[in-house]
Amino acid sequence: MLHAHHHKNEVSPSISSVRLGLKGMGCASCVATIEEALLAQKGIHTASVNFAASTVEIGFDSDIVSVSAIRQVIKEAGYSAVESRDDSEESLQKEEAEKLAEYQTLMKKFWLAGAISIPNVLLMYPQLIPGLNEFMPPESLERQIVWMIQGVLTTFVLFWSGSQFFTGMWAALKHRSANMHTLISVGVSAAYLYSIVATLFPHIFPKEAAAEPFWDVTTVVIALVVLGLAMESKAKGKTSEAIKKLIGIQAKTARVIRGGTQKEIPVEEVLVDDIVLVRPGEKIPVDGIVTEGASSVDESMITGEPIPAEKSVGDEVIGATINKNGTFYFRATKVGKDTALANIIRLVQQAQGSKAPIQRIVDQVAAFFVPTVMILSLLAFMGWYNFGPEPRFIFAIISLVTTLIIACPCALGLATPTSLTVGIGKGAENGILIRSGDALQKAEKINAIILDKTGTITEGKPALTDITVMPDFEDNEVLKLAASLEALSEHPLAEAVVEGAKQADLSLVPAHDVKAVTGHGISGTVEGRNVLIGTSKFLSEQGVAVDGLIDIAEIYTPKGKTPILIAIDGKAAAVFAVADKVKADSKEAIAQLHRMGLEVFMITGDNKVTAEAIAKEVGVDHVLAEVLPEQKAHEVQKLQSRGKVVAMVGDGINDAPALAAADIGLAIGSGTDVAIEAADITLIKGSLKGVVTAMDISRATMRNVKQNLLGAFGYNVLGIPVAMGVLYPFFGILLSPIIAGGAMAFSSVTVVSNANRLRFYKPKGAKS
Amino acid sequence: MTWDQILVTISGFFLIALIIKFFWMKPKNSQPNIAVTDGIQKQLIIVKGGYTPDTISVQKDIPVRLTFRREENASCSEMVVLPDFEKSEKLPEGKEINIDFTPSQTGEFEFTCQMGMYRGKLLVSA
Repeated sequence: MLHAHHHKNEVSPSISSVRLGLKGMGCASCVATIEEALLAQKGIHTASVNFAASTVEIGFDSDIVSVSAIRQVIKEAGYSAVESRDDSEESLQKEEAEKLAEYQTLMKKFWLAGAISIPNVLLMYPQLIPGLNEFMPPESLERQIVWMIQGVLTTFVLFWSGSQFFTGMWAALKHRSANMHTLISVGVSAAYLYSIVATLFPHIFPKEAAAEPFWDVTTVVIALVVLGLAMESKAKGKTSEAIKKLIGIQAKTARVIRGGTQKEIPVEEVLVDDIVLVRPGEKIPVDGIVTEGASSVDESMITGEPIPAEKSVGDEVIGATINKNGTFYFRATKVGKDTALANIIRLVQQAQGSKAPIQRIVDQVAAFFVPTVMILSLLAFMGWYNFGPEPRFIFAIISLVTTLIIACPCALGLATPTSLTVGIGKGAENGILIRSGDALQKAEKINAIILDKTGTITEGKPALTDITVMPDFEDNEVLKLAASLEALSEHPLAEAVVEGAKQADLSLVPAHDVKAVTGHGISGTVEGRNVLIGTSKFLSEQGVAVDGLIDIAEIYTPKGKTPILIAIDGKAAAVFAVADKVKADSKEAIAQLHRMGLEVFMITGDNKVTAEAIAKEVGVDHVLAEVLPEQKAHEVQKLQSRGKVVAMVGDGINDAPALAAADIGLAIGSGTDVAIEAADITLIKGSLKGVVTAMDISRATMRNVKQNLLGAFGYNVLGIPVAMGVLYPFFGILLSPIIAGGAMAFSSVTVVSNANRLRFYKPKGAKS
Repeated sequence: MTWDQILVTISGFFLIALIIKFFWMKPKNSQPNIAVTDGIQKQLIIVKGGYTPDTISVQKDIPVRLTFRREENASCSEMVVLPDFEKSEKLPEGKEINIDFTPSQTGEFEFTCQMGMYRGKLLVSA
């Protein structure tokens, strides 16, 4: 049974600290005002305002004042305190609402343009509708009047459905720059102005020009481009689905134990060192360490690991993960903007906004693109007018409009960022945090990968792997006696033995007369039997015949395992082997890395024998053994000087220099410490499989980026000359501006949709 | 060539010259460094069809705060990226978003929208 009052003594004097965001600070003198107001409040011990960051750190006694009271103090001083919690959820909602409004407006504009396009198109071909040609024969007043009515309707479409093109063009012109809006507005305006002249003064054109207005072109192009923008906006919303999911999983409330009672409070009011109760099925509100109870926790939303993690006292729990079956208490260690989830969201958003180096080409092209297209359209006009067949003027104006409309700078601009957004989001879904577009692009080029042994390939802590007993002794009996004695030792190998007994479901018993000889062994009495544990020297000094045990021990040593000898009641009893166990899926992950064409190295400070043994077990082909920690970065550089593009995988702390030296540093983190500075890629989950997935996602994303860039460049490079009419002399083909409008809208939608295909990416070897 | 062709050709090339002059031959405006208030070099930038101002001169090693306010809903400008300072921020319409950093090198650094259509320059002098 768990009782809340157990914790009364643990939450001693209730000194808490909280960081709040501040709004309304206009000058440096506000700092003093706020600090004074806060310190005047009973229960607040410290207050320090950071003016540049607009935050305040407050140390206070949570038994006397609450966070909401502190907020009130700040408010009364004339400022407002914003949630210390990340406001990402609020801004996400606002953004979604904006996006939806944009989409709805675009669709309204499309419906108007589309509705008016239907009569506009039909009336351009009166011969198709029985009786219409008779009603309005060519060059009749009736036909001119119909054209005028169309003109009035088209004017509405142009200035309402097409309004954003003009405002967009104008805003850019003020900066002496041009964009997609410029091309569309100039293009449709040319068609529109020509149509006005053709309607009002048909006779100023030579007879053979058979002047016909382009009302249909004007409205259909606007309808198509606006529809394209609407679809693009929808599709772009999907690219950030992954981050939206992450933002949405934050817990709303927490059950904390304060003053001996249980209280449900908003999650943003949870303070560091609060004791939090989590019941079965509930979301863990913030990060912390379990203090009482045990449970299994579904961490898949953070780590990507589908199998629930077992948690007991001393284990780390991550906010926003879901408690499955047990009830437990934990002490909050990270709250608000410091939680793993908040850090992940921040990192992912930052990365999604970053640029991949490949985009530099696009940026350079973008600066020249639109004016160049305008120049080309003028050249096309002049070419047709001077050298084209009759009606020259009509051909000239069609090629001008078509060239302006078909060019699509947006497809180019969207190509890289949309794929990056989806790819980096996909990484986060699988527990892989890619720091930037730069990192992602580099990861694709990796051809050699160095894996740190301890903690990366292996679990990073010794575990009991083998037990060999002498005749007359039984495995579990020896283990129980040995573990009962080792439970009182602080030696790291002893811990492995105790853990081994726990896993075998053995209950320990008290040990007496315990004597430890540092570096050699331990002796004591358990259940009335004399137990000796230690080296062969220690045992033989106590008069035990150890020859048989030594023979067994010698089997383990070459395998990289450490033998522990045990004697019971003066008789040689057993040899335990303790080793840093290889993680369950290391071997498979390494095989996958090989299949991906990577050269795999293992780096370790261990001696050659031990290193080779592990390397053989997991299938690594190159071993860098006996490398001191400070030499690891040097080994990375040595590989680089041989022309390799090197990824280094290690923990973020000891291996930081090597991670930084590598072309790509992957930090195998675990738990809540996700903001690992030295790493280009952080794997939240400890498994090496994450390395495979990280490499794979990078490759898939870069492939997608390249498809997009190729498509967007190809489209423009082919489309623009065709629109200008280069095919006409050979095949008699000149595109209609309507087709150009459709192609332009379609091209940018295609780019975004192609990026969205990445959403269906599944990590290699994952079971769906 | 008939007179109308000559006229079209001359106007065509005139327009081309105009496009080149207008878009590509912008005068280089040298601006004074932005003022330092409370130890921070602060500048408000309006995002509407481009960045106003689009050239910002600052001093090295003094913290810079660029405040962006987006006054349009064109999705092109919804994000601003400062690749050289590894900063990027979403710009919700009408909200002031601060980007803080301290330039440690002199030179010219670009800030752009995510697709590179809107451009601005940060000139860092010693």
